[in-house]
Amino acid sequence: MTSRAKSLKLTSPFASGDPFNGLWRYLSMPLLAFVAVPLVALLVQATPSELIAGLQSEAVREAIWMTAFTTPISTALCVLIGTPVALMLSRKQHAGYYVADTIVDLPTILPPSVAGLALLLAFGRHGLVGSPLFTLFGIRIAFTPVAVILAQTFVSVPFYIKSAAIGFASVNRALKEAACLDGCGPWELFRYVTVPIAWPALVSGGVMCWCRAIGEFGATIIFAGNYPGRTQTMPLAIYIGFEMSLDTALTLAIILMGFSFFGLLVVKMLLSKYAARP
Amino acid sequence: MLSKMRGYLLVGIMCLALLGVAAWLTLTPAPAFAQDPAVTEEAAAVSASPAVTTTIPTMSGNLDVAAAASLTECFTEMATQLEGANPDLKITFNFAGSQQLAQQINQGAPADVFASANKKQMGVAIESGRIVSGTEQIFTSNRLVVVYPVDNPAKIATLHDLAKPGLHLVLAAAEVPVGQYSIEFLDKAAQDPDFGATYKDDVLKNVVSYEQNVKAVLSKVVLGEADAGIVYSTDAATDKEGKSVVMDIPNALNSVATYPIAVLSDSPQPELAQTFVDYVLSPAGQEQLAAFGFITVVK
Repeated sequence: MTSRAKSLKLTSPFASGDPFNGLWRYLSMPLLAFVAVPLVALLVQATPSELIAGLQSEAVREAIWMTAFTTPISTALCVLIGTPVALMLSRKQHAGYYVADTIVDLPTILPPSVAGLALLLAFGRHGLVGSPLFTLFGIRIAFTPVAVILAQTFVSVPFYIKSAAIGFASVNRALKEAACLDGCGPWELFRYVTVPIAWPALVSGGVMCWCRAIGEFGATIIFAGNYPGRTQTMPLAIYIGFEMSLDTALTLAIILMGFSFFGLLVVKMLLSKYAARP
Repeated sequence: MLSKMRGYLLVGIMCLALLGVAAWLTLTPAPAFAQDPAVTEEAAAVSASPAVTTTIPTMSGNLDVAAAASLTECFTEMATQLEGANPDLKITFNFAGSQQLAQQINQGAPADVFASANKKQMGVAIESGRIVSGTEQIFTSNRLVVVYPVDNPAKIATLHDLAKPGLHLVLAAAEVPVGQYSIEFLDKAAQDPDFGATYKDDVLKNVVSYEQNVKAVLSKVVLGEADAGIVYSTDAATDKEGKSVVMDIPNALNSVATYPIAVLSDSPQPELAQTFVDYVLSPAGQEQLAAFGFITVVK
């Protein structure tokens, strides 16, 4: 290092790696407050006793059960069918890459109501896929929990694929080649090398995907309809509760928010620990 | 060279995909809520009649109207006429289920006029203190009909068939006025020995979805996803492509939906708002409502 660089290092605020001496911390306050204040407003609106009373309502419990039952299935489905896509997208060498990548991005940027309408026109009784399913097998998807799961999968799968693809791409090629030289088959390579190294990205993608599925509303109400105990998940019950009983809406909103917040927090902390491990 | 070819290939694939989507869009029947040209034509015919155009009041400014979803076509057409005659006038509508509008008014949403599809939700708005009790006026009424897809997958012939096991029925949620009226119809039918006491329960067992407003019920029937639904006769009339069939509910079992309208007490422009309400109640406004299938109530 030259003496000039040395003196620059000594005198400039770059010494601490932060040229603005923590200014960012203050500048980030408006956004954090903007997001946090409405959430806090929800919390102070309801007392714990009201929350417990809300929990005793049949509608609230049915909605929680519907969400608890459908979202793990849709997330598992995302992992199952999303992993091959993520593996494909982690290698940018083929012609279809940009088309596939764009298709995967589409559900994230489409309004969920468009997704719902598209799903209805595809899997509805008169839909492109739904029509043969119905006439040949009598299978009807719309207005069933299956429709709820499909809507959640459609909307949340990009969150998993995007994260997983980055994780898979981060696996060092040399490492994989070394493993192959040591006699790893393709399955062992995937199971003992690729997945463990990409693990944090897979888990965080899976959790983001799950949280998105829990919050899914627009596609569900159009494609799966709204029937308590069959297709009415928590976000649907919150929307209807806003018009009928504010207590129901508040209880569910707080549970949903609390779950999402702590779910994400725990995962982020676990991942930071995992990353810190030698 | 190879990469260039690959680029062309990619562009080609994308164009094909776009073409595919375009073809799919043109081949797929348009959903019911798309702007219906027939409605516009009919409305244009109405607006051309001199009896209507001469009675349009002078108005200017921006007016916010919260109106029940079932009024969408009719009020939109009224606004087009009023704005056509008054270049400085801009009417903005918030069309939704009346219960949703009442809640929004409760929560302080800005609005000058509220037109509800039943008295109950007008009552909710009055309770919030933003509408003075007694200032609301009934301006029209509507009745229920059963609609089913034109291919009639459940082979519905009479109202009794709504209780057939396995039928897929879509109703509006009980919080929505039309949903409330649907339940009233089922209650009345269940008391009628012709239908039997179990009629209501049997019909409710067939419900696959409680939709958030009357337009959503009609859309699901028009798309053929539901075997039947219960909507207002005016909404059934908006399906000009004939994708749904209307079955009448007799007067004895029907509920007449009465629509109240009122100016909000905190409207920054009460005169403008009142002019709109007066127009809706005027012979010209009533003629418009009648043209869209509503039952006029003002003589």
